[in-house]
Amino acid sequence: MGRKTPLFALHQELGARIVDFGGWDMPVQYSSQIGEHHAVRRSAGVFDVSHMCVVDLKGPRVRALLAQLLANDIAKLKTAGKALYSCMLNERGGVIDDLIVYFLTESWFRAVVNAGTRDKDLAWIRRHAAAFGVEVIERTDLAMLAIQGPEGRAKAAELLAPAEREAALALGVFVGRELGRWFVARTGYTGEDGFEIMMPGADAAPAWRRLNSLGVASCGLGARDTLRLEAGMNLYGNDMDESTDPFESGLAWTVALEPQGRAFVGREALEAIRARGPGPKLVGLLLEDRGVLRSHQKVLVPGVGEGEITSGTFSPTLERSIAFARVPAATPARVQVDIRGKLLNARVVKPPFVRFGKSLVT
Amino acid sequence: MSNVPADLKYTKSHEWVRTLADGTVEIGITDHAQHALGDLVFVEVPEPGRSVKQDEPCAVVESVKAASDVYAPLAGEIAAGNPALADAPETVNSDPYGAGWLMRVRPAAGAVAAAELLSAADYQKVVAAEGG
Repeated sequence: MGRKTPLFALHQELGARIVDFGGWDMPVQYSSQIGEHHAVRRSAGVFDVSHMCVVDLKGPRVRALLAQLLANDIAKLKTAGKALYSCMLNERGGVIDDLIVYFLTESWFRAVVNAGTRDKDLAWIRRHAAAFGVEVIERTDLAMLAIQGPEGRAKAAELLAPAEREAALALGVFVGRELGRWFVARTGYTGEDGFEIMMPGADAAPAWRRLNSLGVASCGLGARDTLRLEAGMNLYGNDMDESTDPFESGLAWTVALEPQGRAFVGREALEAIRARGPGPKLVGLLLEDRGVLRSHQKVLVPGVGEGEITSGTFSPTLERSIAFARVPAATPARVQVDIRGKLLNARVVKPPFVRFGKSLVT
Repeated sequence: MSNVPADLKYTKSHEWVRTLADGTVEIGITDHAQHALGDLVFVEVPEPGRSVKQDEPCAVVESVKAASDVYAPLAGEIAAGNPALADAPETVNSDPYGAGWLMRVRPAAGAVAAAELLSAADYQKVVAAEGG
């Protein structure tokens, strides 16, 4: 048996199918994965993301620590509450993890890292934090709910006291703040508007039930995966890991090589990779034939070479299969995918596939 | 509790078998199997004329999450694949023992007879042992 979030008993009561995810017993779906997906695109759904690891970093030199640890530039965070998405790299430029970090005060930043990488992330952060005198506090006391969809913020706001409600609805995109005992952030992993709310574990089940009573659908990790793929968002372990760098993972936009003086871990390796010229790239694929693209299927690029699908699924919104694939730099607009020995036609597109309920591909 | 019709035969790998009047057998996946897989989004059925051995993978059912093989319960030649599933794979979820059939097989001479497969009662035990 794996680790359990404070919502585990409620998931069972709601009839969820439980699977192992990064060592955690998590709900993959409640009734219909496609139904849960549509609930988020059309109205609102709630996900238990308490398996993710919230880490508070405290100390007067925390900003200097993050300038060294993160490939994105922490100096971009100028106003309290603002969040930054970044990779944390090893010396070879490989991705240890991707994370979100919130700037709360000059001596307090809060990171959210993946469940499956929790132990190695904490060890890596602590190893570097010591030299900066930064305290690394794993917030195992907190649960986290993601309420996503066009009606998500309005529904979630009903859980708050009137004064806090107004403050929550005033939050800008990618901004969070403490409201009473909760930390409310306008972030997510679905391509829809919404909140992610960190709260004491004991608050989670009553909040979930209240959301259900307001018409917010319980959603599992299955729908979370199809939503994030449609939204063009990477999944650590599938689309990038320690053997791949951000440039070949569609994450060049998160690497801040300017200013040149900022010495972050992995910088030298990334500069060397860049000096070698164009390498493999991560692209979106849209399957034109019938079938379902899956990770590890081979992509054939005529006259150029081969690539591989890193994440693939059936897109409930587009009603066809979509994927991310790592392919050679010179890949043209059309490729073929080997599915059980059959070569099927796919078109190369730029993710995201879907945003705010609307298809972005034709 | 999943639906296990008493008049069909079954396999441990969750296929059902119905003997038709012309001596061919109709094959599909059980209610338990479709429920475990979840919403089906793609079904690949075999071409007529293909010879299959017992336990050979001969069809594929894909849910949003994963692709799963369907095995031939007995040896024979494919008489038909269900053509309606290309446009409506979800029929396997909604009507697994009826319109959601996958293929029809003409049993080979000397093949395991359909009568020798699992009875409904025996299949119920297989499902129960899996916690279903």
